[in-house]
Amino acid sequence: MKPILTVENLSVSFTRYGRGLSRVELNPIRRLSLAVEPGQVAAVVGASGSGKSLLAHAIFYLLPRNARVSGTLLYDGVPLTRPLAESLRGRELALIPQGVTYLDPMMKVGPQLCRGQRDQASRLRCRQALGRYGLGPEVEELYPFQLSGGMARRVLIASAVAGEPRLVVADEPTPGLDLRAAGRVLGHFRELAGQGAGVLFITHDLNLALTVADKIVVLQNGQTVDEVPACALQKGEGLTHPYTRALWRAMPQNAFDPGEEVGGP
Amino acid sequence: MRHRLQFTAKKLIRMALLLLGVSLTAFLLMDASPLDPLQTNVGQTALGSMSSEQIARLEEYWGANTPAAERYLGWLGSALRGDLGVSLLYRRPVPEVIGQRLANSLWLLVLAWALSGAAGLALGVLAGASRGRWPDRLVRGWCLLISSTPAFWLALLLLMVFAVWLKVLPVGLSVPIGAAAPTLAQRLRHALLPVLTLSITGAANIALHTREKVVDVLDSDYILFARARGEKHILRRHVLRNVALPAITLQFGSIGEIVGGSVVVEQVFSYPGLGQAAVAAGLGGDMPLLLGITVITAALVFGGNLVADLLYGVVDPRIRRGAARG
Repeated sequence: MKPILTVENLSVSFTRYGRGLSRVELNPIRRLSLAVEPGQVAAVVGASGSGKSLLAHAIFYLLPRNARVSGTLLYDGVPLTRPLAESLRGRELALIPQGVTYLDPMMKVGPQLCRGQRDQASRLRCRQALGRYGLGPEVEELYPFQLSGGMARRVLIASAVAGEPRLVVADEPTPGLDLRAAGRVLGHFRELAGQGAGVLFITHDLNLALTVADKIVVLQNGQTVDEVPACALQKGEGLTHPYTRALWRAMPQNAFDPGEEVGGP
Repeated sequence: MRHRLQFTAKKLIRMALLLLGVSLTAFLLMDASPLDPLQTNVGQTALGSMSSEQIARLEEYWGANTPAAERYLGWLGSALRGDLGVSLLYRRPVPEVIGQRLANSLWLLVLAWALSGAAGLALGVLAGASRGRWPDRLVRGWCLLISSTPAFWLALLLLMVFAVWLKVLPVGLSVPIGAAAPTLAQRLRHALLPVLTLSITGAANIALHTREKVVDVLDSDYILFARARGEKHILRRHVLRNVALPAITLQFGSIGEIVGGSVVVEQVFSYPGLGQAAVAAGLGGDMPLLLGITVITAALVFGGNLVADLLYGVVDPRIRRGAARG
């Protein structure tokens, strides 16, 4: 199937001023490539600081002004330019962020989900989106500080489906959740994929990724090092890249041993 | 409700302590002043021609021979009973003098306060929203320039340009000389330059603080998410809402600066307001009037901050709903 999102050789770099007048070049993402097909959950797995969030922000054109981006982004086969991304945000492109700090603390949940549209149809859509994740109409009247961690997470997911997303980018949506709650959140992603959306699931947790993803993209230092079907990783078969093999061996059920290939713990 | 009562009681106690401290400090400073009230108010030559009996009567009037502690405690005792004493310079009850002067100054203070708040907020939001681009640089440059300009110098500059060169505004005073029943337009014309001076200096400070806050909000996670969801009108919907709290603090906190600034500015424009009376009382050794003005202005400033605190509870849902729950 034709991918909904293709990322080819994406690089993101920043110039910072270091000590004195010396300038430091930071290169958090280098030649990153991946593709997400409709109906597919693609997990991007990498250690903290491997540039995972920047990938999400790059797709939405939300990087800070001092970032330099190169490489190709294709959305449904056409180049994803800034104007195109801006017109798609909130409709076909949905971001699911990490936690409650992504909600405006001074605004009630309802108006926030409706994005300022007060017509009957938009309000109904928001209400339905909340209802889909077990949140009643009373939640619309709450401020973010009144939400529990799990509720906040569901509100954030609901905000994604208040449009008709064709590509959902979830940026570490599960930290702080216990396994069961995380499982529920991931179930929702599967559901979105079942409706034909492509889901890009960004996480540092390989185990969690394996429970939901169709394929795993492994990042190391901002670079795609491997792309493997989830089933292969589950069984530990056909893993060719040393970093992926080390990741697999480091999982609890596989002896916890990162091995000597990555130079110890 | 109980929470609110406790809050108010605490604030009132704090206010009493503050006023006590402020009055004591003002008294001690005045007492340490090298100015001799007799020489300042009566004059060296007049004193020389007086009999020692007359001088002794004058010394008693100005309290020169009473020990400092006795004088302060005496003032404090009657002040607590609601008697602020009689002004030595104006020979009228202190509340009357302050009331008349405050009525003059209030025009100035309220106008300058509103104008500096509105202009400061607008400039701050403009600069923050266009961070790094030319409107931001322009506003920041202007504000830094004004912040490092003394208010009295700015007042003199405006005076020179508008009153001396262009001759469009009066040089000073609150009403035209000899006007028995001044019109509103006349009063406004006379208040314009002092208000302008106070507003320009006040706005710069507020604008710089507001800009920083706007930049913080624009860098926040929730603005990122709002943009990711394709929201329009982010400035109006999210930025202004979140800048409202610090803006309230700044606005009500600036009362102190406006009152303080008015002392200098009224002097430059010979504007017969509270500030000018404070200067006269300080230089003339008029202890009751000075203490009265100090206490009243301190209470004004404290009241402003109190209003800001109370408004928080109205504006911030975290306080409003949090307090309602607990």
